[in-house]
Amino acid sequence: MTSKKIILALALVLGVLHHDTWNWGNSDLVLGFMPVGLFYHACYSLAASILWVFAIKFAWPKDLVDWAEGGESNES
Amino acid sequence: MNPENFIPVNLLATSTIPVVVIAIYLGLLLGLAMMSKLLFRGTSTDYFVASRSIGPFMLLMSVFGTTMTAFALVGSTGKAFERGVGTYGLMASSSGLIHAACFFLIGIKLWSFGKKYGYVTQIQFFRDRFESKAIGYLLFPILVLLVIPYLLIGVIGAGKTIMGVTGPKGKAPGMFPELFESTSGAIPGELTGLVICLVVLCYIFAGGSRAAAWANTFQTIVFMAMGLLAFYLISDKLGGLGAAIAQANDAHLVRDVSGPDDSVGVPKLMFLSYMLIPLSVGMFPHLFQHWLTARSAKSFRLTVIAHPICIMIVWVPCVLIGLWATGKLPEGTPGGAVLAKMVGILVKDPIVVGLVTAGILAAIMSSLDSQFLCLGTMFTNDVVIDKFGKERFTDKQIILIARLFVISIVIITYVFSILLFKKSVFDLAIWSFSGFASLTPLVFAALYWKGATKTGAFASIICAIGVWLYFFKASGWGGEYTVYNGMMPVAFSFGAGALAMIIVSLFTAKPAESTVNKFFPKF
Repeated sequence: MTSKKIILALALVLGVLHHDTWNWGNSDLVLGFMPVGLFYHACYSLAASILWVFAIKFAWPKDLVDWAEGGESNES
Repeated sequence: MNPENFIPVNLLATSTIPVVVIAIYLGLLLGLAMMSKLLFRGTSTDYFVASRSIGPFMLLMSVFGTTMTAFALVGSTGKAFERGVGTYGLMASSSGLIHAACFFLIGIKLWSFGKKYGYVTQIQFFRDRFESKAIGYLLFPILVLLVIPYLLIGVIGAGKTIMGVTGPKGKAPGMFPELFESTSGAIPGELTGLVICLVVLCYIFAGGSRAAAWANTFQTIVFMAMGLLAFYLISDKLGGLGAAIAQANDAHLVRDVSGPDDSVGVPKLMFLSYMLIPLSVGMFPHLFQHWLTARSAKSFRLTVIAHPICIMIVWVPCVLIGLWATGKLPEGTPGGAVLAKMVGILVKDPIVVGLVTAGILAAIMSSLDSQFLCLGTMFTNDVVIDKFGKERFTDKQIILIARLFVISIVIITYVFSILLFKKSVFDLAIWSFSGFASLTPLVFAALYWKGATKTGAFASIICAIGVWLYFFKASGWGGEYTVYNGMMPVAFSFGAGALAMIIVSLFTAKPAESTVNKFFPKF
């Protein structure tokens, strides 16, 4: 499996994990002040950021960018 | 609990210090934006896309500042107060995944084509990709129509915030009881809207896209810092983080639906279908323009990675403040006034109130400027130059045309903001975002499907916007509205746009080979 496909699969998994039905009625507090539903989604934001680190590292569209930045441009 | 029961008569409401602090902030903002004018090169490319010279940090700040408006600080706090903890998952965490995906999958590609072929607007790209000038004339009014509610969010949000800050507190009168008798001493929303529009107009007139990027960077830093300051001070006044959450209404700490008319909590279908709304960034015309200002594709890297974290930094404190407010403010408090009331009632220090309010205005203005600018850019490039040819105008005339169109949009927005002042900021935003999200199949197919045809593009736009308009009307032109068990209308309008694109493209004439080669280059 290529790195781009792995990134895509991870993004899809993250998409599914967004729907955390198991936290719906849970009012527990994490660290004594943050409802677990909020804590989970704050961690989700961090996970999304990490996913994009990997996407940039392993799925950067180098060919497209080189093509755009090099050669003739129609810029007026 | 009624705030009047526990707020002593204090000097806050009558002290004009918060207004002075806000005035100083606006002055600083104008000064900074005017400094950027020194770098203005006098060309239309510099005015519209800052000569494609913006680096990674400024791109992050301007893109983040543009996507976070009154919706982020005022709307998120208000919605958490109304619906509870699910507010963060509804918009913030999904945006971290999907906004960044749009920057990565759509933004970098569009930047590349913009750089290579000299595009300044989305419509220029779509016209070339779908070999049709007419698609521009169809898209232009739709994009303007969808940006206007987004502009309204800002102007109305600013008006409501300043009214909340300058209005009566308990038994104390508002700040200007003799001047503004009809609002009990509060600065009326229409005056705030006017000042905000004029400040934004001043700096985008002076320096165009570059001034907007500079101002956005400053404003984004200000609103992030002030959001954290408000969070710290409010939690401190409530006795710390643990004590603050302990007095919140329990029903708001979960997503189970409860309360009259199921107004608290989040239905599961609503939560699921909200995932489509952040797709709107793929079609925001003002964001497209920001993407084009990037110096190089590498500038996108920081934006893609840091965007989810920046969202978290702003939204987690705001949602918590909204939850804490459920134990402090009466149930019927308007969502748009929650943040201002919590700061005003609990913090009381007029300088801090002024600083936090300036932060809210910063979030609002950092979106308004880009939206005004992009509308002027679109009108000039996609309508005027397309109709009469670029050679007919000098660069100065092109910039003048853009400015005149911006003024007319500001006037329209201002009038609507007065007429629709009572609308919910959050709900209006959702309608605007839903409309843009419904158009995402168009841009995605244009970039990733060689077989996407001109007729498919027309069908996609017409079906998506037709379905969106149907539901928008059914909502009473901008109220909260769900279709089935909490399902958001965007699920239908997005689906209609995607299906129309696929089905019609399969059965209509394919684009010319030269067009396919142009947009799907072989490396």
